[in-house]
Amino acid sequence: MPPLTGPKSGDALFGSVERVNAELFTLTYGAIVRQLLTDLEEVEEVNKQLDQMGYNIGTRLVDEFLAKSNVSRCVDFKETADVIAKLGFKMFLGVTATVTNWDAEGTSCSFVLEDNPLVDFVELPDTCQGLQYCNVLSGVIRGALEMVSMKTEVTWVRDMLRGDDAYEMRVKLTKQVPEEYPYKDDD
Amino acid sequence: MASTACFVIVSKNDIPIYEAEVGSAPKREDQAYQHQFILHAALDVVQDLAWATNTMFLKSVDRFDDLVVSVYVTAGHTRFMLLHDSRSEDGIKSFFQEVHELYIKIFLNPLYLPGSRITSSHFDTKVRALARKYL
Repeated sequence: MPPLTGPKSGDALFGSVERVNAELFTLTYGAIVRQLLTDLEEVEEVNKQLDQMGYNIGTRLVDEFLAKSNVSRCVDFKETADVIAKLGFKMFLGVTATVTNWDAEGTSCSFVLEDNPLVDFVELPDTCQGLQYCNVLSGVIRGALEMVSMKTEVTWVRDMLRGDDAYEMRVKLTKQVPEEYPYKDDD
Repeated sequence: MASTACFVIVSKNDIPIYEAEVGSAPKREDQAYQHQFILHAALDVVQDLAWATNTMFLKSVDRFDDLVVSVYVTAGHTRFMLLHDSRSEDGIKSFFQEVHELYIKIFLNPLYLPGSRITSSHFDTKVRALARKYL
């Protein structure tokens, strides 16, 4: 077992995980979205399905992330957001996000992605203008945070596919579920 | 720039998926139809020629009065057809090669169905810019 040291840096993490060819990854994701559009026909349904798929990925991914990154418990949501942006995104997507636009209570913030490997080659045709192409990412974050007892709502604010200058995801912490030992002592 | 030039992309199922009149001459509707007609007639020649050579650029395959049809066939048998009255073969070759790259980008878009019309305005702008540069 490796010695328990401090959290790894984003680059070290990215170097330690297995990788696939970027184009293969992009086109595979594209094929999934394409297939969902064919199967479900409604763009809204596709958004929902992508979010659900992301959620399912996130609930599993968070374990791998915690196992490999050596991060310790975060003291507040701000630290959590930083870890996601600097380590989480780097480990699984190879990019880092910036965390901005904190509200006064420190319960909601924005992740801004300048570069997004999911959307290479993609151009939204007129027929799918409502499509949230990267909805899987918001689902991943929602799922991952839920596994570490934070209920969140994640929405897209800016999307380069609709002509904005960056990708911006709004993450709002709605409820922090306190961790409880599931049994009473005398049980 | 050539005074007359008409550029059409024909899918492998013989359906035109992109059309552009890129000449500097003022547009006339009857001429546009005539251009389509000439290009359509040239498809048969292309079909024979495409299998007789291993290059993608077929140079001029057909002519009509002073207009020449140059064709470029991609590996997937999509045909780029250009009707033109200019003589610079090098320019046309570069034009085709760069359009081919643009076309590949369109093709890689997961939301684009192969064989359907290319509606991207980005593609259209780029093709027209290339036409101004090379033809």
